[in-house]
Amino acid sequence: MKNIRVLVAKPGLDGHDRGAKVISRALRDAGMEVIYTGLRQTPEQIVETALQEDVDVVALSLLSGAHTYLFPRVVELLRKKGLGGILVIGGGVIPEADIPALKAVGVAEIFTPGASTAAVAEFIRNNAR
Amino acid sequence: MANETELAKLGQSLAAWQAKVEQGLAKFPERGSVAASRLYTPLDTAGIDYAADIGLPGEYPFTRGIQPTMYRARLWTMRQYAGFASAEESNRRYKYLLGQGQTGLSVAFDLPTQIGYDSDHPLARGEVGKVGVAIDSLADMEALFAGIPVDRVSTSMTINAPAAVLLAMYIAVGEKQGVAPASLSGTIQNDILKEYIARGTYIFPPKPSMRLITDTFAYCSEHIPKWNVISVGAYHIREAGSTAVQEVAFAFANAIAYIEAARAAGLKIDDFAPSISWIFTAHLDLFEEVAKFRAARRLWARIMKERFGAHDPKSQMLRFHVHTAGSVLTAQQPDNNTVRITWQALAAVLGGTQSLATCARDEAIGLPTEASARMALRTQQLLAHESGAADTVDPLAGSYYVESLTDSIERQAGEYIAKIDAIGGAPAAIEKGYIQREMADSAYRYQRDIETGVRTVVGVNRFVVSEPQAADFLQVDPAVGERQSERIAALRSRRDNARVAAALDALRREAAGGANLMPRLIDTVKTYATLGEICGVLREVFGEYKAEADI
Repeated sequence: MKNIRVLVAKPGLDGHDRGAKVISRALRDAGMEVIYTGLRQTPEQIVETALQEDVDVVALSLLSGAHTYLFPRVVELLRKKGLGGILVIGGGVIPEADIPALKAVGVAEIFTPGASTAAVAEFIRNNAR
Repeated sequence: MANETELAKLGQSLAAWQAKVEQGLAKFPERGSVAASRLYTPLDTAGIDYAADIGLPGEYPFTRGIQPTMYRARLWTMRQYAGFASAEESNRRYKYLLGQGQTGLSVAFDLPTQIGYDSDHPLARGEVGKVGVAIDSLADMEALFAGIPVDRVSTSMTINAPAAVLLAMYIAVGEKQGVAPASLSGTIQNDILKEYIARGTYIFPPKPSMRLITDTFAYCSEHIPKWNVISVGAYHIREAGSTAVQEVAFAFANAIAYIEAARAAGLKIDDFAPSISWIFTAHLDLFEEVAKFRAARRLWARIMKERFGAHDPKSQMLRFHVHTAGSVLTAQQPDNNTVRITWQALAAVLGGTQSLATCARDEAIGLPTEASARMALRTQQLLAHESGAADTVDPLAGSYYVESLTDSIERQAGEYIAKIDAIGGAPAAIEKGYIQREMADSAYRYQRDIETGVRTVVGVNRFVVSEPQAADFLQVDPAVGERQSERIAALRSRRDNARVAAALDALRREAAGGANLMPRLIDTVKTYATLGEICGVLREVFGEYKAEADI
């Protein structure tokens, strides 16, 4: 079976990448192929990378509060490119109150502070196409 | 301090005691995850020379504190980090905090401001007013400080890549209030190297960035002597996942690079070193943190004296602000955070900080409400006035454990700095990815320890309950971005645009040359050129930094 390919992405201007790097390593240690975008990616750049790298999962990390705009935008652009099958998950400082709206637009799961990397890996394994 | 015969005797009785304890371990095993030794005795501190290594407060090497009487004379400055949405809303929060007994301001800027984009820039979408206040021009800065006399409050600004521009705006605000630059006091963070490795709000490549920093050093030493021209960020290095030793070592390595750049530009060490300040974290391990602050003071004093030949005691003193660690706060059971913050703040006080910001209990969820911001300030006031922790200078000195930890942190940080020197200094070590890798390794280890249960996080991997999250956190109105964009449009239609264009042209020419840019930046902000326009010109001339995405 082919390895699951994950794009870990930092949308927006947030510079906090400790979580994104830890998740990247943990998913790699869990046997996945991980591409990390680095900081300051526009939704357009993330979707382009997802296309180029032929990933199964896009994992968005954001701690600035801009998730309410940026996460739905990434999902929207993926669909426009015909990449609606890609599993999109998110993590960061995200209030529970914001989660239902994100899920409604197609973000499959949101992992908040305290989530274990093992839980993230398991979710991906169970839900990636 | 004991003599050799006494130490030898102690060594024998300690060995016998340890043997006895070991026998009992089968029945009463120790917890496996404890890093410290079982017991600290005079044997652990026998190598310490009191006069040379610890000394007296206010005297070299400042292990016990930088002032002779510390908090007996004047309490630390209580300086809560605040800023969100618009200048008007942040201005109201500042006045509230000052009214509650806060003694200094600390401005949080939103990400577009920190990265030099106006609120109407496409990359600013979704980010305006979120992690701090949106400042697009001098008009916003005037609104931010409306009714706050800038000669009577010290203002710290968490701003790095465009620090020179925001400082120019603050100087202009002072002028409007009738306050001369020499009467302003405060701090700009102005520490770009840690942005490349830990915080991410860089704009320009290292070389022009270092020039902007050196320009502010030179300008302030001449015109704003009370201004702290840099606040070297140890905090962010730790928050990005490094250890206590790495926090000290990597921040010191960055500071050494700034000092070397300033000296290469012809500045004399004792002319600018007194205006270097610092920001450290207060993490969870109470004693390690206290030892870290003491070790950092001693090591910095030695570096300044021995490496840079600084004679002025003010150049040798490590003056620092502490912000309690945000990364250790949990979204689960947020009331627990109030307790964590209390002992983190206690560590900062026992460690002799000059100013302190305590996180609010709800920061793992979102921005603090007014009530939780007040609780965070009250935590400091309780420590200051009720706990007794501020009543004597450096109360943990002489603890075998704390002195031994102080010694070991100083030694290990020194070894790291030597390694970085061998690579060619912090800029070279950053370019090679050495510092980033060391930090990422530590961050990963820390997370592994939580997931394997080696490290307990109450409410996260033990003592877990299932409860819905409280909904009373502060939400920034999503319309703030549109309102800021409208304000910029209105500003552009009412200002003298020919004057703005001329100022930006002059800035472009001077940026391409070698003159100190501060006077030109002050002139330019006064035309109400926007931050995005000014940084746009500097981007044209200096280029932009592109980071490697290395995991």
